[in-house]
Amino acid sequence: MGRAFLAVVARDLRLAGRIGGSGALSLVFFLMIVALVPFGLGPDLNLLARIGPGILWIAAVLATLIGLDRLFQADEEDGSLDLLTGAPAPLEVLVLAKVTAHWLTTGLPLALATPLFGLLVALSPTGMAATSLTLLVGTPALTFIGAVGAALTASIRRGGLILAVVVLPLMVPTLIFGVSAADAALGGTVPFATPLAILGALSLVAGVVGTLAAAAALRWGE
Amino acid sequence: MPARYTRAMAMGLLTRLAQPGHFMRWSGALLPWVAGLAIVLLAIGQYLTWFVVPPDYQQGETVRIMYIHVPAAWMAVFFYGAMAVSALGTLIWRHPLADVAQRAAAPIGAAFTLICLVTGSLWGKPMWGTYWVWDARLTSMLVLFLIYCGLLALWRTIEDPNRAARAVAILTLVGAVNLPIIKFSVNWWSTLHQPASILRMGGPTIYASMLYPLLVMIAAASVLGLALHLQAMRTEILRRRVRTLTILEAERLDAALLAPQAA
Repeated sequence: MGRAFLAVVARDLRLAGRIGGSGALSLVFFLMIVALVPFGLGPDLNLLARIGPGILWIAAVLATLIGLDRLFQADEEDGSLDLLTGAPAPLEVLVLAKVTAHWLTTGLPLALATPLFGLLVALSPTGMAATSLTLLVGTPALTFIGAVGAALTASIRRGGLILAVVVLPLMVPTLIFGVSAADAALGGTVPFATPLAILGALSLVAGVVGTLAAAAALRWGE
Repeated sequence: MPARYTRAMAMGLLTRLAQPGHFMRWSGALLPWVAGLAIVLLAIGQYLTWFVVPPDYQQGETVRIMYIHVPAAWMAVFFYGAMAVSALGTLIWRHPLADVAQRAAAPIGAAFTLICLVTGSLWGKPMWGTYWVWDARLTSMLVLFLIYCGLLALWRTIEDPNRAARAVAILTLVGAVNLPIIKFSVNWWSTLHQPASILRMGGPTIYASMLYPLLVMIAAASVLGLALHLQAMRTEILRRRVRTLTILEAERLDAALLAPQAA
C-alpha cells in the first residue's frame, strides 16, 4: 500500500514537471494576482501592508484552483483512472497520493514563495514568516476540499468553472482562519497560536472528509 | 403483537409508500389538502402580522418584516437538512425517491434563503442605515446561498439524473459537515472585525403578542414548504418519465429506420 502511494505520488510529480503540467503555472498565477492588487487599490504601501496577508491568502485560494480541474479529469480521459479504481490498493490511498502530489506542486511552492511575494505588498519580516507558516498549515485544507470538487467534476467537460463554484464556498473557513492567524502575528488581541491551531484542525478534518468524499465520488461516478 | 412484527410492518408500509408509483397516487390525493392548509395558515398569519401585532417600540412598523424573514431563515436551514437526509437515502439505499426528494428540495431551499437575505437587507436599511452589513448571521446565510447555488449548478451540469443525484448527494453531505464549521468561523470572523456594534433585535425575550403570530407564520411556511416540495417531487418524477419515454421513442424510431436496411 505504501509502495502504491509512493508510486502514484512520483508519477504525478513527474507529470506535473513535464509539458502541459501545471507545476510552475500556479506560482506564476499567484504572482499575477499579487501584482494586480496594487493596480486596483493604489500603491499605498501602508494600506498594502495592512491587507497583505489577506491578498496573499486570496491569491493562494485562487491559485489552488489552477490545475485542480485536471486532477482526476486527465486520468479519466486516458483511462488510467479505471486502472486506479480497479487497483488492489484502496482507492482512498490513491486519492490521498494524488492530492499529496498536487499539494507538493501548488500549495507548498506558494507557501515557500510567500516571503518573496510579501515584499511586493510591503509585509514586515514577522508578517512574511507568519503568512508563510499559515499557508503551509492551511493550503492542505484547500487542496483536499478542492479534490472533492475535482472528483465530482472528473467526467464533465469544461468542468473548471463548475469546480470553482462548488468548491469556493467550502473554503471560506480556511480563508478566515488563515488570514486571522496571519493578522494576529502582526499584532492584535488574539494570540497567534489559537487561529493557527484551528487552521491545522481544519486541514486535518478536510484531509479525512476530502479523501473519503473524493474516493466515493470517483467510485460512484460511473 | 411482538414489537419486531410491528416494526417490520411499519418498514413494509414505508417501502410501499416510497415506491414512485404509490408516491404519485398518495401525494396527488394529499397535495390539495396540504396546499389548502398552507393557504389558510398564511392568511391567518398575514392577518395577524398586519393588523394584530403591535409596532415595536424601537423598530416601529419595520418589525413586521420579521414575520417573513424568520420563517424563511428556518425553512432555508430545514431544506438543507432535508437534502442531507435524502442524500443518505441516495447513497445508502440508492432509492430513486430520495434522488427526487433531494433534487426537488434544492431550488426551494435556495429560494427561501434568497427571501431571507432580501428581507434581511430590506430590514437592515431602516435599522442599520445600510442594505448590507457583514454581520455573522447575514454572512453565514450568504454562504449557505452560495452552497445552494453550487449544488444547483452541479445538478444542471451532469446530464444523467442518476449520476447527478450521486454527485450532488456527496457534495450535500460534504456541505453538511462544513456548515457548522462555516457558521463557527463566520462568528469568529465577525466578532473579530466588529465588536457588538449592531442593534440587536429586541433583546433575548419576545412578548407573547409578537410570539404567537411568529409561530403561526413559521407553521405556515413549513406547510407551504411541504406543499411546494411535494409538488416539485411530482413534477420531477413526471419529468423523468418523459425523459425515459423520449429515449424509448428515439430508440424505436432508430430501430424502424434501420430495419428496412437490414432486410
